[in-house]
Amino acid sequence: MVAQTPARAPARWRVGRLVERRVETPNAQTLVLELPDWPGHLPGQHVDVRLTAPDGYQAARSYSVAGPAVDGPGGPRIELTVQRVPDGEVSPYLIDVYREGDPVEVRGPLGGWFVWRPQETAPVLLVAGGSGVVPLMAMIRARRAAGSRVPFRLLYSVRTPADVIYADELRRRARDDLGLDVAYVYTREAPDGWRGEPHRIGLADVNNHGWPPDLEPLCYVCGPTGFVETAADLLVGLGHQTRRVKTERFGPTG
Amino acid sequence: MGIVSPGFQGRPRTAEPALPPGQYLTEDFPVLSAGPTPRVPLDTWEFVIATETGTEFRWTWDELMALPQETPTVDIHCVTHWSKLGTSWRGVSLDTLLEGVDTAADYAQAHSYGGYTTNLPLDDLRDGQAWVVHTYDGEPLPGEHGGPARLLVPHLYFWKSAKWVRGVRLTVEDEPGFWETAGYHDYGDPWREQRYQGD
Repeated sequence: MVAQTPARAPARWRVGRLVERRVETPNAQTLVLELPDWPGHLPGQHVDVRLTAPDGYQAARSYSVAGPAVDGPGGPRIELTVQRVPDGEVSPYLIDVYREGDPVEVRGPLGGWFVWRPQETAPVLLVAGGSGVVPLMAMIRARRAAGSRVPFRLLYSVRTPADVIYADELRRRARDDLGLDVAYVYTREAPDGWRGEPHRIGLADVNNHGWPPDLEPLCYVCGPTGFVETAADLLVGLGHQTRRVKTERFGPTG
Repeated sequence: MGIVSPGFQGRPRTAEPALPPGQYLTEDFPVLSAGPTPRVPLDTWEFVIATETGTEFRWTWDELMALPQETPTVDIHCVTHWSKLGTSWRGVSLDTLLEGVDTAADYAQAHSYGGYTTNLPLDDLRDGQAWVVHTYDGEPLPGEHGGPARLLVPHLYFWKSAKWVRGVRLTVEDEPGFWETAGYHDYGDPWREQRYQGD
């Protein structure tokens, strides 16, 4: 793998405000932040979010941006989707306490490797585990926004149907975004009428729903460490070149 | 101090030992990698130091194991904000490996199986500050954490501790590595919070 990202201007802390909140699943919400002088970002990039207590104590965590910035009346808006981490410090605040109009400090965009550029022409395979779908959804949304016709496939592993983030939008896009296929792996509980048993992602899933290696697709894998290790190993085992498999692993970053 | 977040208290302060700014404590061992984990067989593994004049010093796995071993216990700090305290490792000091390497270079670029690179001043590899480690917590270092062997440079952010390390190239000029080219800080001192370019 070779870094090909041009040097960027240093990112500084900006003050954003919450303008909208959407409940995605019982444990995940999307926060729409207004960031007046946001410089723009590439699909797949993330931001650092910093909270400050009255005594000056600070806590910062990284969150993927979920889609392209959009213009609002008060300037650009970006969306972050936050999964609640049990006993977490930042995610419970953002989900339970943080209110519309409240300020929050945001630094970014960050990360120049796990990105998809709309001018790319190779087919794309997205492999998501749980909330790892967020930066991959950013790529799906950016593809449509840019009018790209690059074939995209999303393979999305979730515990149960109720844990699918962006469920309605993915259903709609799978129908309307030409060239986008969406497939699911359920690890605990499958929907009624599903063929097969709940299982963890395996060779057959990646082989059936991915692209053959000779098409030289770009593969993006995002999720918890164990999931990413498994999925990336499967892709390499199927013959994908390691430099075409980009990964992002979620640690316990509550 | 930043802008106060209405209603935010944060974790109790008393439980937190001294951490670099912006870091939080974790008991887990999170993983940050840009691609699949390379699988490196020990019978073909080697570690190579190449000087600025092209001279190479090579060690096989067995030769590395035959060198004096050290057991550093150190705190590690990842740029993604987690810190882990008191991690215990076993490996060979870079002082041992650099003994007898004649060089006028000021910089080093570590390179890894899988293609990863990272750069740092050569002085930061000397004086008991850096190791090539193969054992973590008494067990062989797992692949996802950089096994069979990784660099350990705990006084810098952990991306400088190249996983799956296969060698160090000594250079006269500073040559940015993988994350350094992608917007991360060239040096990466956690106590000065040098996360990104311009920090």
